[in-house]
Amino acid sequence: MKKVFSIECSDVNLLLKFEGKVNLYEVPKYEKKLAKVQTNSIKNITIDLSNVVEIDTTVAIFIYNIQKKFASKKVNLVCYDEKLLSTLELVQENMLHYNENVKPKKLSFLQKIGKIFYDYYDGLTAFISFFGQLFASNLRYLTSFKNIRYKEIAFEINESAIKALPIVALTSFLIGLVIAYQSAYQLKIYGANIYIVDMLGISIFRELAPVITAIVIAGRSGSAFASQIGAMKITQELDAMKTMGFEPFAFLVLPRIIALIIMMPILIFVADIMAMIGGMIVANVDLSISPELFIERFSQVVAAKHFFVGIVKGPFFAFLIASIGIYRGLMVKDDTQSIGFNTTKSVVEAIFAVIVCDAIFSIAFTNLGI
Amino acid sequence: MQMIKVENVVTAFGNRIIHDGLNFTIKKGEIYGLLGPSGCGKTTLLREMVMLQKIRSGKIKILGKDVANIRRKDAQNLRRQWGVLFQFGALFSSLTLAENIALPLVEYTRLSKKMIDEIVAFKLSIVGLKQSDAYLYPSEISGGMRKKAGLARALAMDPKLLFLDEPTSGLDPISAREFDALILKLRAMLGLTVVMVTHDLSSIYDTLDRVAIIDNKKIAYEGTLDDIASVKSEFVQTFFREKL
Repeated sequence: MKKVFSIECSDVNLLLKFEGKVNLYEVPKYEKKLAKVQTNSIKNITIDLSNVVEIDTTVAIFIYNIQKKFASKKVNLVCYDEKLLSTLELVQENMLHYNENVKPKKLSFLQKIGKIFYDYYDGLTAFISFFGQLFASNLRYLTSFKNIRYKEIAFEINESAIKALPIVALTSFLIGLVIAYQSAYQLKIYGANIYIVDMLGISIFRELAPVITAIVIAGRSGSAFASQIGAMKITQELDAMKTMGFEPFAFLVLPRIIALIIMMPILIFVADIMAMIGGMIVANVDLSISPELFIERFSQVVAAKHFFVGIVKGPFFAFLIASIGIYRGLMVKDDTQSIGFNTTKSVVEAIFAVIVCDAIFSIAFTNLGI
Repeated sequence: MQMIKVENVVTAFGNRIIHDGLNFTIKKGEIYGLLGPSGCGKTTLLREMVMLQKIRSGKIKILGKDVANIRRKDAQNLRRQWGVLFQFGALFSSLTLAENIALPLVEYTRLSKKMIDEIVAFKLSIVGLKQSDAYLYPSEISGGMRKKAGLARALAMDPKLLFLDEPTSGLDPISAREFDALILKLRAMLGLTVVMVTHDLSSIYDTLDRVAIIDNKKIAYEGTLDDIASVKSEFVQTFFREKL
C-alpha cells in the first residue's frame, strides 16, 4: 500500500493526512515537509489517520510532537482504529515526563583539571596500597617453604619466560647485528677494527641486552598478566577466589612475580649470547675479524663485571614488569573497554619504569666505579 | 502468516548432537516460548535463528527466507526487522544507554537528533527506566537495568520480530511482571511476534501462546499450554507440577 503524507493548507485550517503503512524510515521526509509549512496564521489543525493501516512508535512520537507543538491551537485527531489510538496513548503516557534539558551538566575547565589530578592521586595511592598488600602477603607466604606454590611458579615460568625465549633471542640477535654493522663502518675509518669487540661487549652486556629483554617481556608477558587478571576480574573469578578463602595474591600475583624474577636473568643471559653472535658475524664479514680472534680479544678486554652488571638488573626489571602488569590487571573495572585500556597502560608504564630503573642503576654503578 | 519455520534442524558440536530433527512454525503475532532443561539447546536454537550460529542440516526460514542460504542484502534487511535481547543485555560498554539505543536509529535512518532523543526517551520510559539513566554507562548500572536497556535497544527500530533470551531472569518479580505486561501490550499494539527462551513459570503462563519443549534432542511437545499435562516427559512433569 502506498505511503502518503499530504498537507493541505487553507488560511486558518491545516489538514495533515497520513495513509498506508507508515514507519520510521518515512519520518525524516515528513518532518522536512512539515517544516516548510507556514503555521503562524493557522488556528485549526486536523490530523487524519483514518486511512492508516499501521504506524510504529516513531510515527506516533512524530504525531505526538505535532500535537504538542500546536497545543495552543485547536488540534483534531481523526482516527477510528483502536490499535492506533492505543499506540498514540502509550506514547502520550510515556512522553508526559519527557524533559529536553535533563542532560548532565558539562564539567567546567577547573573541574576537569581537578578531576584529572585527583584521578592521578587516586592511582598513586592505589599503586602504593598494592605494593603494601604485596609486601604483606610476601611476609605471610614466604615465611615457610610449604606456602610457596611451586606448580604455579613452574607454569608461569613456562608461559611467560620459556615461551618468550625465541622472540627474545631473535630480537637480541638482530640488535647485536645492527649495532655491530653500524659501528663497523665508523671503526673502519680509523682502522680500529678490533675495538668492535670492546664496544659490543660492554654496551650489550651492561645495557642493551637487559633493556631489550625487559622491553620484549613487558610487551609480551606484562601485557598478558594485565589482560588475564583483568578478564578474571570481569568474570568475577577473583571474587570467587576470595570468598573461597584463596588469596589472589598468593595464587595469581606472587607466582607470576617470582617466576619472572627467576627467569629474567636467564633470558638476559640468552640475549647476551645471541647479541654477541650477531656482532661476531658482522665482525667476521665486514671487518674480517675471525671468530677465534674475536673470542680471544673478548676474553682479554671484557671483564666479567660487565656481564654481572647486566644480569643483576634482571630481577629488578622483572619485579617492575610483573607487578605493574598485575596491578593494571587488578585495576580493570567492570567493562570490556577497561581491559584494553589497562593492558596498554601496563606496557607503557612497565617500559617507562624499566628505563627509569636502568638509569638509576647506570648512575649508581658508575659512581661505585663498577 | 508464518514468521518462522524450523524444519528438521540438526545441530551438533563436534560429535555431540544437540538437536536431532526439530520441527515447528511460529505464526505472526504469536508469543512463542522455547522451553526445556538447561543445556538442551534453547539458546543455541535462538542463536541459529538470528544467524549467529550455523545448523548442521535442515532449514530455518524467517519471513520466508532460508537463513542458511541467504544473500547479504536480504540478511541485512532481515536484521533490521528483528530485535534481539541477549541474556545479559550485551550493551556496548563504550556507549551510554542513550547512545546504545540510538545506535541503530543513527546508523539506519535519517532521523533528526531531536527526534532520536525523543525516541530514546520513549523507549527508556516504556521499559521502565528513568530519563536520567540515559547518560549512564553500562558498567554503572545493575544487571536488571542492563536487561531493560537491552530491551529498549532491541525495540529501537520497532521490529516486527523480537527474540528474547531469558528476558525475566535476574529481574525482581515486580519488574518481571511489568516486563510481561509490556510484551503483551506491544504485541497488541504493534503486532509483534515474540520468540523467547524462558524458565519463568508466571511469565510462561501469562504471556506465551504456544511453546516448544525441547528435551532429549527432540521436541517433546509443541502447542498451547492447555494440553501440557498429557506430555510424558520428566522435565514437563516436574517443571509444571505446581500448575498441573
